[in-house]
Amino acid sequence: MRAPGPVALLGACAALLLAVATAVAAVPETQIVIKDFMFGPASVTVKAGTTVTWVNRDDEPHTIASDSGLYRSGALDTGGEFHFTFDKPGTYHYVCTIHPRMLGTIIVEP
Amino acid sequence: MADDPSLISRRSALKCLAYGGAGTLFTLASGVLVPLDLAQAATAQGATGRPLFLQISDTHIGFSKEANPDVAGTLMRTIELVNGMPEAPLLTIHTGDITHLSKPSEFDLAQQMLGGLRAGDLHTVPGEHDTTDPAVSEYFSRFGKASDNRGYYSFDHGGVHFMALVNVLEFKAGGLGTLGEAQVAWATADLKGRSASTPIVVFAHMPLWTIYEPWGWGTGDAQPLIAQLRRFGSVTILNGHIHQIVQKVEGNITYHTARSTAYPQPAAGVGAGPGPLKVPADELSSLLGITSVAKLRHPPTLALTDATLA
Repeated sequence: MRAPGPVALLGACAALLLAVATAVAAVPETQIVIKDFMFGPASVTVKAGTTVTWVNRDDEPHTIASDSGLYRSGALDTGGEFHFTFDKPGTYHYVCTIHPRMLGTIIVEP
Repeated sequence: MADDPSLISRRSALKCLAYGGAGTLFTLASGVLVPLDLAQAATAQGATGRPLFLQISDTHIGFSKEANPDVAGTLMRTIELVNGMPEAPLLTIHTGDITHLSKPSEFDLAQQMLGGLRAGDLHTVPGEHDTTDPAVSEYFSRFGKASDNRGYYSFDHGGVHFMALVNVLEFKAGGLGTLGEAQVAWATADLKGRSASTPIVVFAHMPLWTIYEPWGWGTGDAQPLIAQLRRFGSVTILNGHIHQIVQKVEGNITYHTARSTAYPQPAAGVGAGPGPLKVPADELSSLLGITSVAKLRHPPTLALTDATLA
């Protein structure tokens, strides 16, 4: 069997890239950066099914805890991340349990 | 007492407190903290000579950032400082943030190191850094026995009544630390019928008075408890959390926060928030330390001494 030529290889790579890009697009993501004892942005509106990622850029650990008890991260050290996928529409308030004055809101739309 | 010219004014006493560093001893007389010369205090009539207890706080085992890459090392130096004291304290209280991230390995190392303290039994309360594991079980599995896993409890030692309180669990979003109704009811019952001449020591992680609300440095529902403490002749309220010494005297109640053994934090409102404060390496030791407390007979009150690692 003849080895695939450069053009065929390129085509395969393009197909693979497209597949990866499609997969990424299928799972909407939003990132919230924690810096200087604040969630940035403090309020985010996303579509149902979106995975929200929090990343801590402070030297101090922080946590993400939902008011309703839906989710609660452990302590995120510097660079630490926490993910949660919001499937149902609604308004979700959360707080850092180490610094309860740090408040955030995720608004999930249908 | 107020017109006794030998006593310095409240204003100048507080001014001294602002600069209070290692080796300053304070006695409480008629609600006024009076700094004494240490050499004088060593021979002061009425001092028992042996510290009633030691306060250690905010060891933050697991922290490794620039503000102090070796918190285990500074805790070890603290332990050596205590073990080298001429008279060993009768007991030790740890006012929380034993660990930085509530990890089992951090708790194990802290417990092992604190076991090397030759300073009597160890009594603890959790800090908010000790309770971030989702099940909030790591602290309680190691230190929960004394309180039947509630976290708060009381005991008597050397004629002093000690109350260990927890203000980091029932936090309110957007608010300060919280004791919660159940704990306040327990504390009320604990104080009821107790003689007003019994010296009281209350300790918790977060300050029981509001030092700086924007950073959450206070306890939102502490006032009903403070009101009940006012009838006692000598009340000492000890906290950690803010990694620096702040004191206040109100009637017979002395409030005092201890230094951390791990890293300093900025003064209230300086910078973005209450995070680790980076200082020049040769200054760090002077900002870390412990508090030791002696019981004086005349007047029957407690004397606080802050010592640093410098």
